[in-house]
Amino acid sequence: MYKFLLCWRYLRTRYIALASVVSVTLGVATMIVVNAVMEGFTHEMQDRIHGILSDVVFESHSLEGFPDPEGKMEQIRQVAGDYIAGMTSTVVIPALLIFEVQGQTITRQVNFIGVDEKTHGQVSDFNRYLQHPKNREQLSFDLRNGGYDTIDHQGSDKSKPRDRMEIAGWEYRRILAKIKGPIQADRLSDSPPQSRVASAPEPQAPPEELEHEGWTYRRGEQLTAKPPETKDPFERSRPAEFDPANETHCGIVMGIALASFRGRDGTDHFMVLPGDDVKVTVPTAGMPPKIVDDNFTIVDFYESKMSEYDANFVFVPIRKLQEMRGMIDPQTGIGNVTSIQIKLHNDADGQHVRNLLQAAFPPELFGIQTWRDKQGPLLAAVHMETAILNVLLFMIIAVAGFGILAIFYMIVVEKTRDIGILKSLGAASSGIMGIFLAYGLSLGIVGSGVGMLIGLVFVAHINEIADGLAWVTGQQVFDPSIYYFQQIPTIVQPFTVSWIVLGAMAIAIMASILPARRAARLHPVEALRYE
Amino acid sequence: MSNAPLVKTPTAAHDAARTHVKFDPQPGAALAPRAPFQATEAPQMAAQGLWKRYFKGRVEIPVLRGVELEVRRGEFVSIIGQSGSGKSTLLHLLCTLDVPDQGEIRFQGQRIDNVSARRRDQLRNKELGMIFQFYHLLPELTALENVLSPLLIAEGAWSYFRRRREHLERAKELLDRVGLSHRLKHRPRELSGGEMQRAAIARALVAGPEVLLADEPTGNLDTRTGEEILTILRSLNESQRLTVIMVTHDRAIAAQADRTVRLAQGQMEIA
Ligand SMILES: Nc1ncnc2c1ncn2[C@@H]1O[C@H](COP(=O)(O)OP(=O)(O)O)[C@@H](O)[C@H]1O
Ligand SMILES: [Mg+2]
Repeated sequence: MYKFLLCWRYLRTRYIALASVVSVTLGVATMIVVNAVMEGFTHEMQDRIHGILSDVVFESHSLEGFPDPEGKMEQIRQVAGDYIAGMTSTVVIPALLIFEVQGQTITRQVNFIGVDEKTHGQVSDFNRYLQHPKNREQLSFDLRNGGYDTIDHQGSDKSKPRDRMEIAGWEYRRILAKIKGPIQADRLSDSPPQSRVASAPEPQAPPEELEHEGWTYRRGEQLTAKPPETKDPFERSRPAEFDPANETHCGIVMGIALASFRGRDGTDHFMVLPGDDVKVTVPTAGMPPKIVDDNFTIVDFYESKMSEYDANFVFVPIRKLQEMRGMIDPQTGIGNVTSIQIKLHNDADGQHVRNLLQAAFPPELFGIQTWRDKQGPLLAAVHMETAILNVLLFMIIAVAGFGILAIFYMIVVEKTRDIGILKSLGAASSGIMGIFLAYGLSLGIVGSGVGMLIGLVFVAHINEIADGLAWVTGQQVFDPSIYYFQQIPTIVQPFTVSWIVLGAMAIAIMASILPARRAARLHPVEALRYE
Repeated sequence: MSNAPLVKTPTAAHDAARTHVKFDPQPGAALAPRAPFQATEAPQMAAQGLWKRYFKGRVEIPVLRGVELEVRRGEFVSIIGQSGSGKSTLLHLLCTLDVPDQGEIRFQGQRIDNVSARRRDQLRNKELGMIFQFYHLLPELTALENVLSPLLIAEGAWSYFRRRREHLERAKELLDRVGLSHRLKHRPRELSGGEMQRAAIARALVAGPEVLLADEPTGNLDTRTGEEILTILRSLNESQRLTVIMVTHDRAIAAQADRTVRLAQGQMEIA
């Protein structure tokens, strides 16, 4: 009983000891913040990675792909059908993307992905990242009339509006056609325009004034835009001229970072918009590969907020890509694919399915990986970073432990005579030790408790704090143009928090063990004689 | 509660229980002579051939060289000796704060110089009270809490909490007895020397010990205050039959005891 009373009195009368736990407090707070932010980043990244990759990816090692995807899917269903919620086949090929901005040709190396517009959205979160609300419901490779998002639907209230997207769509294309004039179909492409617009889009009232590549148009000049004629899409008769005002090439969904760049202040500057044409160059299948190219019309942007993806991926209908590359078997009419994306039921274990499939298919021909496997190095790097930070911060708390040790030692020396008195009154050595251990524990609880509070409050208001810092220093703390997130993502994991707090308490106790032992071992007579 | 004795007067059964700890249950053993353990005859506190030496580096300082002492129940004995003669050392041995190099100490017939640390803690806590020249109160605690501290030490949080009324009552009564009932909430540094020594006496008695060991209790006090303290000790000795062993270097103080012995050259002489 006396232990608690004395421990409490010592706490009340020796606030200097609290100073020694300030570093514990700060260490705990920092660790909580760092872990929350790292966890937030990891989660956000995994989310986006998972958004583009399905649960399990079944792919050929060769760019040639493998024939008969339906047959393969059937085989996969036989092996692991119980776990599978959906499948879709894709063709992934490196390609060059070429487009013009203000008369300059821009060439980018991209991953050119052929997707099945009907099933792709069911297997991954792909649709979620598109900019047209209707495309988010069901992907279509036809150019929309308009109505593309001008506000980032995944962004926050601080996302800058994307004013340019307001004009994107058919209206924009018509205006463009008017400036540039009809383009000879042959000039850009050897193949016939892939599609004609099947339904006549309602002409919308165009904006009063438009700017494009240095040109300005007023509304009055734009009255002549008439509805495009309805044409039979299967009509093979080749028009002498491709009319960009009324026709599109095959649709393409472009990674948003290919089409735009983000300014310092967080606004996006678009170089091209849905409605613009681009050209893609790919190697054909077969030996030796030849280079072919074709024109496409941008129908939407893809924004996963993973800059690695947003700056690399373009999507087209799989059939178009297969045709371009000559991947279609002329006899069966079935195209080769390079991978099958498999979506599992929610409760299925991806690794288990992967193992099943790996056992069933020859590893020389097919690579089978979960989405985690595929992003292994990236996720491992993030984990490594978190681990190193944790080790460093825990070192700081350990250093704080030495501060506690020193102060405790001083308190024990100061209390030498009292320890002698307690022993002369019959207090056991273990009891004396208990006083100082309880003292250390209470300081640990106070230090890490306050640290936890500070950490949690900091995490809860981290974006406000970042803004405040930016305002004070004039430096963006969290630059959205680098990270693509508008806000600092954070996730507080109770397990991590309790682990940190317990660790800090353990350090405080360990630091008090040595002084407590000294106190316990003091000879009572020497202690009583101590002046 | 108010007229409960301040010092437990042990009954004969009580004493018998103490002396028969090593009772032999064999029938024949009852006939064996028990003379050395006769509770009524044996001194309450006895030291035989106590040696204690300190080392200063390599130099041996023999402080006690075969001290013999016997104190009967209810006796008031004073030990006088010059400063540095080893009076405190002897008292520390008697109250088991330290162990002798040689010799035996018996308390109510039982050896207490070679028992476990646990038992010695218990002896100091309950059966032997101590007061010191420098009072040795705990500065963080009030006078009342200081008086309660032996009980706090003896009991766990729960059992203390259950009996706290009883304990508080006893502590207050003792403080009243030593004339300190108006200073319950004062910290030691807010008390005078005499008041501190009174609190220390109350603390020494709170657990109901049978022997009080006093190490120069008046050494730091002026003559009048010293007299007052001595009066308290005397009255405790007379009314409660409390055994008092008091160390002092002051002949006048020592003279008030029933018996005075002198410690010189590490040995006892009759003064
Ligand atoms: N720890 C120690 N080391 C060395 N000498 C000591 C120690 N403690 C006490 N002494 C010596 O023992 C002698 C007796 O001390 P003490 O019992 O305090 O005397 P008294 O109480 O009679 O004044 C003194 O000479 C003192 O210097
Ligand atoms: Mg002394």
